[in-house]
Amino acid sequence: MSPNDLDNILTDREAPASMSEHQDVNYWRHANEFNGAVTIDDEKHREFDADDPENLDHAGRRNFMKVMGASMMLAGLTSCARQPEEKIVPYVKPPEHSVPGRFQYYASAVSLSGYAMGVVATSYEGRPTKIEGLKEHPASLGSTDATAQASILDLYSPDRQESISHAGNLATWNQLVADIARAVGEIDTVDGAGLTVLTETTTSPTVQGLMAQLQQQFPEMKWREHDPMGNNNARMGALQAFGRITATKIDFLKAKIILSLDANFLNEGPAHVRYARDFAVTRSAEANADAPDYVAREHFAHDEMSRLYVAECSPTLTGAAADHLMGLRYGHVEALARVVASRVGVANVTADPEKVAALDGAWIDALVDDLTHHKGHAVVVAGEAQPPVVHALAHAINGILGAVESGLVTYIDSPEADATDQQGSLRRLVDDLNNEQVKLLVILGGNPVYNAPGSIDMAAALNKVPLRLHLTPEYNETSELCHWVVPESHALEAWGDLRAYDGTHSIIQPLIRPLYSSRTASQILSLVLGEDATTTDYDLVRRRFSGLYGAESEAKWKKALSQGFVEGTTFAPVSVSYRGSIPAETAAVPTEGLELIFRMDPTIGDGRHASNGWLQELPKPLTNLTWDNALHIHPTTAMKYELEQEDVVILKVGEHEVRAPVMLMFGHPQGVATLHLGYGRQVAGYIAKDRGFNAYTLRDESSPWCINEGVTLKKTSSTYLLARTEEHNNIEKSLQTQAQKAEDRHLIRSGTLSHYKEEPDFAQRLGHHAPERENTLYNPDEKDYAGLSWGMTIDLNRCNGCSVCTIACQAENNIPIVGKAEVAKGREMHWIRVDRYYKGDMYNDTVESAHQPVPCMQCENAPCEPVCPVGGTMHSKEGLNDMIYNRCVGTRYCANNCPYKVRRFNFFHYQIREGQDAPQLKMMRNPNVTVRSRGVMEKCTYCVQRINRARIDAKVAAAKIGSDVTAIPDGTLVTACQAACPSQAIDFGNINDASSRVSLRKQNTRDYGLLADIGTRPRTTYLAKLSNPSPALAGADAEAHTAEH
Amino acid sequence: MAQVFHRSANVLARASIVGGGLVAIAIVTIASVIYRSPVLTQVNIAKAQPVPFSHQRHVGGNGIDCRYCHTSVEKSGVANVPPTETCMTCHSQILTDSEMLQPVHESWKTGKPLEWTRVYDLPDFVYFDHSIHVAKGVGCTTCHGEIQKMPLTWKAKTLHMAWCLECHRAPQKFLRPKDKVFDVDWKPAADKSERLEAGLKLVEEYNVNVEQLTNCSICHR
Repeated sequence: MSPNDLDNILTDREAPASMSEHQDVNYWRHANEFNGAVTIDDEKHREFDADDPENLDHAGRRNFMKVMGASMMLAGLTSCARQPEEKIVPYVKPPEHSVPGRFQYYASAVSLSGYAMGVVATSYEGRPTKIEGLKEHPASLGSTDATAQASILDLYSPDRQESISHAGNLATWNQLVADIARAVGEIDTVDGAGLTVLTETTTSPTVQGLMAQLQQQFPEMKWREHDPMGNNNARMGALQAFGRITATKIDFLKAKIILSLDANFLNEGPAHVRYARDFAVTRSAEANADAPDYVAREHFAHDEMSRLYVAECSPTLTGAAADHLMGLRYGHVEALARVVASRVGVANVTADPEKVAALDGAWIDALVDDLTHHKGHAVVVAGEAQPPVVHALAHAINGILGAVESGLVTYIDSPEADATDQQGSLRRLVDDLNNEQVKLLVILGGNPVYNAPGSIDMAAALNKVPLRLHLTPEYNETSELCHWVVPESHALEAWGDLRAYDGTHSIIQPLIRPLYSSRTASQILSLVLGEDATTTDYDLVRRRFSGLYGAESEAKWKKALSQGFVEGTTFAPVSVSYRGSIPAETAAVPTEGLELIFRMDPTIGDGRHASNGWLQELPKPLTNLTWDNALHIHPTTAMKYELEQEDVVILKVGEHEVRAPVMLMFGHPQGVATLHLGYGRQVAGYIAKDRGFNAYTLRDESSPWCINEGVTLKKTSSTYLLARTEEHNNIEKSLQTQAQKAEDRHLIRSGTLSHYKEEPDFAQRLGHHAPERENTLYNPDEKDYAGLSWGMTIDLNRCNGCSVCTIACQAENNIPIVGKAEVAKGREMHWIRVDRYYKGDMYNDTVESAHQPVPCMQCENAPCEPVCPVGGTMHSKEGLNDMIYNRCVGTRYCANNCPYKVRRFNFFHYQIREGQDAPQLKMMRNPNVTVRSRGVMEKCTYCVQRINRARIDAKVAAAKIGSDVTAIPDGTLVTACQAACPSQAIDFGNINDASSRVSLRKQNTRDYGLLADIGTRPRTTYLAKLSNPSPALAGADAEAHTAEH
Repeated sequence: MAQVFHRSANVLARASIVGGGLVAIAIVTIASVIYRSPVLTQVNIAKAQPVPFSHQRHVGGNGIDCRYCHTSVEKSGVANVPPTETCMTCHSQILTDSEMLQPVHESWKTGKPLEWTRVYDLPDFVYFDHSIHVAKGVGCTTCHGEIQKMPLTWKAKTLHMAWCLECHRAPQKFLRPKDKVFDVDWKPAADKSERLEAGLKLVEEYNVNVEQLTNCSICHR
């Protein structure tokens, strides 16, 4: 197709509705809405959301009567049954400190890309039930990410490998010990040549110590590492810049100007939870100097906020948070890095003028101006997908900008157990395998057969090894090719240790004995070393601990156990010097043809979380896709290839091809397509098997992140259903005024910092005003309660859309997964969803986006309450909109009447569907929340179980000392979503206490109620989003600004 | 045309209208009687236990405080059934070779817990919390009956929601002074008005937020 053809298509196509025609609606959620193809009016004609019961039911009136008559009779009979007899089984000897019915908390850590994130694990009568962040831990600061929240489900997953197996048959540990001893014995005669251990990226000091021992005992043994997504480019970039591998630590609290070169630092990497927190702090500008905030912002004035420039090849949440966003082809990011480097004064850097010409000059001018005027407070972050040279350039720029001097950027020794070139490591492994030099291969975790680049035939190579052992949490493609398969212990059931991104030594502490005959990596290594086969994981961790801390180790161990990490083990900064040589640019950037970008899946990661139903069903940030991956392309690119949403295409690179469904992604760089890795598993359990397609097969070993040549795309005639949630639960965005003119309700309110400073209450002026309080037939003060009164605020300026709140809520409130088919019908059960809105023309190069978490608003005038015929939802005297599951008969009137669409209905007994009927999953449930059955409506109640616990504890404590004041100190009672949020966007508390955080936030001039104009008086309110565009680039933003008014 | 129905059919028709109504009333009455009867509620029906534990002996006879065994009642929602260890504090010395206590000694020796049959079992959608009730002056016997007179343990109350609400709507009728919460022999004042007056004073003293007690989410969530 020639460019002319494209032009023709672009002119011929039905003219997309431009913003001028749709002035009434600023923000939109999906293409159909933007085009005006589907309006809320269409939806209103149907009584219920998403699917129409009339189309589902072909029974006819008579059959309906018969079925309903029988159902009612049977339902009536069940209520007459005597309760089944239950047993109480007390302890023989109770464990110390255990109080039946109370939670116990243990400080521990979970792995985040092989690095530690401190967590507090909750145990109920010996069963782990929830994970929260550990406040004192540098990588957590009390928050978590979605994978940490969901790891509780991994522990109880029915898809776990349960027993040791040999060649597919059950085997015992002793048989394994004997076989390994025999194999090692044969190898030992030749100095260990032939022994290879393959690990993923790990920071575990215990593993490090054991590997050192192993290398000493078998000097010729090989340690290979392979991590399909790891930050190898960062390692190689540091090597290129400084001549040694270092890790980079960024103190975003000092960063006023940030340039991200394809780095998704808010959402990926071992420090992203910490970085998201720090970044949110720098964004929290307030027009009013007295505006209360509770974060220390020592480097910022009260009305100052950081400015984020992002250049990226694939839309990410970091890009969504940007003040200035540039979508680029992969190769152009390096060109941008080069031009910025040379302009800020890095010596010996040249940029190819041809490539630079393709970039937006004004953008670069403004950026360079900002960077050079904020020396010491400006930082450049390079993404893991970018080649080493981009990382080296970022280091050089940061040096010149004084970021290292000011402590904004710190270099430390890599916390990894063995920081090495993993790309080379994988190549050497494959060579060794193919040359039949490996006699015993020990694979500790991972799934190389599945996730090695398609250019490597891992299966064939693996089959040349006489003895293969795989330690794995679940049976997968690699296990299938290994003789010995050993189940790997979960972090909540075994001892271990890890280092955080800054080197902090963190202890993994088990809460429960291993559920199955699982082992840890350290135990396998100890076995290979020929140690006593009964050596426990605890022995190994303690031994390494003593080795590290010597005489102090006993005291330190005790403290570390209660704290979760060893104090003062942050790595000291190392001084490095930039070597001053960046090789000249080589590769040309093809501007024609389709470019493929490979990215870690936003929810299931590199595929390691593919068996986790919660993460599979979590709508992926930005795309809102569940249960699948897709070929993500810009709508214009789609038009160029004559593709539509959900068309199946055949992508071919060399000999490898995949069939992928198309999904439009707004603001995606044009001519570029994103493929998420981690799907297309063939050997897996129910949840992971046969979902999506395996993009690893297209990957090339030498250029694992991008393929920009030789990609062919062929459209097929078939389509594939993608379960996307972006069109679900739409809130009515416009209001028909009396003049029959649609007016925007401004669900999302946003403005620039300068506008906010001029007009601090801009958010409250937008949209229609709430009706006067007195404007009612009832008592207007009816819902003003004395005492405790709960409320929530969600700061859109802090929210980056990471969706951890959804998973935290799912874990806390026993929310089931429903499966792809049900999601496609709009039946997902999440109590708090994150609505993603776009602004601007959907055909624009970049679109502005905003994220809005929507839980139940706990309306004071709740529309759901009066329509319930059975009193299943009632207002509490603390302002909660209670749900009484046992009363609910499932009329769904409440959901129909809810303007926010936050109510969820159990169409089936979801708790036992989709492979979720395994008995062990019952151990995971929160004992304080009812497990809902089918036919019942459910929704958020501000974690009422936590409220009740806190209230009762406060009252009992007060009664004990005879006080009549029952105080729940502000901040001690947090909802699950609030606790998990890395950006601290959510505040919750007593709105009758004028000094509580939530009251102070509600006094903020940015505070507004969603759909407040209909008089629901929501208790959950939002704080408007701010952006901080450069004045030099203000032209474009001024336009957007006018559009808002 | 001859009449299809004989005149007497009118009587039948009338009788069936009246009779139908009566039958319906009878069904509802019988159903509600059964619903409230021990057949379904299991009130006053002693349950078989692995050891015929007698509260009459331990509480009424020996005067052991409730909290000696049910240790978590003031700290937790759950009033625990004691671990075997608690039994053994005395029974390692007393009745060591009693056949009746064989299961207890067996459990202590083998480490295998005793399995008691639940007597008070609320539906899973009701979240009752012992600690707050005890702290606010609801005595043990208010719900558990005269436990000191039970040779085997039985349920003393229906645990129907209406029964819960009797107190949640008017706690003054049931509250007792704090130091009498665990006193199984405590009796309220015989005089009704005196009793109510004392109750109202306690409601105030305990700072009971009566209005809040009927919030659905107090018990259901």
